[in-house]
Amino acid sequence: MTTTLPIEGRQQALRLMLETRLAEEKIQELFLANLIRGTTHLAIGHEGVAVGTAAALIPGDKVTCTYRGHHHALALGMTLRAMMAEMMGKETGACKGKGGSMHMTDASIGLLGANAIVGAQLPIAMGAALTAQVKKTGNIAVTFFGEGASNIGAFHEALNMASVWKLPVLFICENNLYGEYSVWSKTTPVQDIAVRGAAYAIPGVIVDGQDAEAVYTAVKAAGDRARAGEGPTLIECKTYRYRGHSRTDTAPYRKAGELDEWLKRDPIDLLKGRMIADGQLDEVEFAEMRHAAETAVVDAVDWAKDQPYPPVEALYADVYYEG
Amino acid sequence: MPEMTYREAVAKALADELASDPNVIFFGEDVAEAGGVFKVTPGLYERFGPDRVRDTPISEQAIIGTALGAAITGLRPVAELMFADFVPVALDQLANQVAKYRYMSGGQFVVPLTVRAAQGGGNGFGTQHSQCAESWLMNFPGIKVVSPSTPVDMYGLLRGAIRENNPVFVLEHKGLYNMKGEVPDDTAPMKLGESKVVRQGIDVTIVASQLMMHRSLEAAEQLAKEGISCEVIDVRSFVPLDKATILNSLAKTNRLVVVEESPHQAGWGGDIASLAADEGVYWLAAPVKRVNMGAALIAYSPPLEDEVLPNVGRIMRAVKSVLSDA
Ligand SMILES: Cc1ncc(C[n+]2csc(CCOP(=O)(O)OP(=O)(O)O)c2C)c(N)n1
Ligand SMILES: [Mg+2]
Repeated sequence: MTTTLPIEGRQQALRLMLETRLAEEKIQELFLANLIRGTTHLAIGHEGVAVGTAAALIPGDKVTCTYRGHHHALALGMTLRAMMAEMMGKETGACKGKGGSMHMTDASIGLLGANAIVGAQLPIAMGAALTAQVKKTGNIAVTFFGEGASNIGAFHEALNMASVWKLPVLFICENNLYGEYSVWSKTTPVQDIAVRGAAYAIPGVIVDGQDAEAVYTAVKAAGDRARAGEGPTLIECKTYRYRGHSRTDTAPYRKAGELDEWLKRDPIDLLKGRMIADGQLDEVEFAEMRHAAETAVVDAVDWAKDQPYPPVEALYADVYYEG
Repeated sequence: MPEMTYREAVAKALADELASDPNVIFFGEDVAEAGGVFKVTPGLYERFGPDRVRDTPISEQAIIGTALGAAITGLRPVAELMFADFVPVALDQLANQVAKYRYMSGGQFVVPLTVRAAQGGGNGFGTQHSQCAESWLMNFPGIKVVSPSTPVDMYGLLRGAIRENNPVFVLEHKGLYNMKGEVPDDTAPMKLGESKVVRQGIDVTIVASQLMMHRSLEAAEQLAKEGISCEVIDVRSFVPLDKATILNSLAKTNRLVVVEESPHQAGWGGDIASLAADEGVYWLAAPVKRVNMGAALIAYSPPLEDEVLPNVGRIMRAVKSVLSDA
């Protein structure tokens, strides 16, 4: 059964999803305009997973995620300015320009890093969970990954060891049906990733990833269980990426009509509709919210464009901690 | 002064650090209840309990990744990888994660993480259980690499590594575990990054580490009988490298031999030779010689393993060759 968020929680979730959506659309524009280099991986369509999870966390909880992680960073509280400046490699970016799109990190909000090596972030989250366990802080760690990552060794090592050690860590799979250009069924012999929990005596839960409140409910329950010392949970969020894998990929490999089906269950529309039905929002207020999000994104981009690049001496800073 | 083995020095360093800082935790495969595959860590589990001394599954990536995550959130973990030959199994976590975590976050984290592993040949462990890992690890700025050659250095450098606020890989040579030596009671945690002149000499500088350092001392002893005076430097710390100690010695002897327990290609001896070429070339009176495994691999059969690892005879020949080039 899905618990609804209190009205402030819903407003916050909706606002964050709007900001994330608009920020990512802008990121794509900036990439095509060559203001963002290398690559970007958009999570447009996944926003419900990020805001639903973030709503279930408490201060001190830690998160690791992937290169497809802008939505997580924003949901956890990274500022749009820090993100946009990082995208452009500026000194005032979240990682002082050393990370880029794939490595959004903000220790101050518990975001221990977005990882560009598939699966590597799972064991790192376990370490944060180990700290919570040893120090008895009552905190948990959460790690996000794709369904494709459930085929890499680190995933299996992580689930096994986290289960044996009963670590307070949640493994949250964003199953968006594709790993790069391959549909999951070509590479993965199981219908649901959640069943893989059973191999490690970890509960496997399937959630509608388009429904932020359903995600919240599942993460809250699994989090309570982990905080109580009962160990990890594998949560599979069924979701979809509206855009291609990265850069300029237009996703020609997907089935005709598939995107349209998913667009009918857009996470922003779903929550918005529910709030309107519950008398918590009207179209005018939504338009205002959207406008505020647009303004915030534009402000962040303009600000970031004016920020300085790091001085070249920064290249040699922070290889080691000096002191 | 108490005498102890190199093996006991590891255990004592771990015990002393576990005792002095509640944030220190230690884990690896079979290290807790069983006391380690090399029987290096018995008693720690009993003394410090199951929360702080833990056995892990056979999951090298998870071991290193978990240690990293713990290090950036307030613990000071020591992870054991058993054989250094398993470094490549955990290489993503070491090379892409541990080494880069601080850097690519723009300095948001300190990574007080120690990884230990046993390395080296000479014991018939075969091709996949006898390698040295320093040259592999040196290619990842962000990680420090130390290689103690004596019990006292083992004790002091391991404690220094655990206290260091950076990732440190401590390589233990398994051929030295039974070696005995004095470890004064007041031995403090040692600073990383310092090499040591372990024998003074004037004709040739020999740079070596661990088992090769001991063999170099033997070679120096024999050469002394022939009137050749070797200065032997124990590297101790590969990253950071103590250039000054090597260059000062070179300035005195004008001749350099590097003895490595690793293949020639991309071996650390190349870095020492390049240091000499770059910053010490005007002192050099002869070509630099590297004694190492060439392009061969370690093999199981005794005569083959004996041949591939630099031995006293090969070291002596290299020393004589740099003298005859004069
Ligand atoms: C170890 C590793 N192998 C391959 C890649 C290249 N790669 C980047 S993303 C990706 C697909 C991952 O798919 P999934 O886990 O489903 O995540 P998604 O991109 O769909 O969010 C691949 C193969 C990589 N970055 N790391
Ligand atoms: Mg996917």
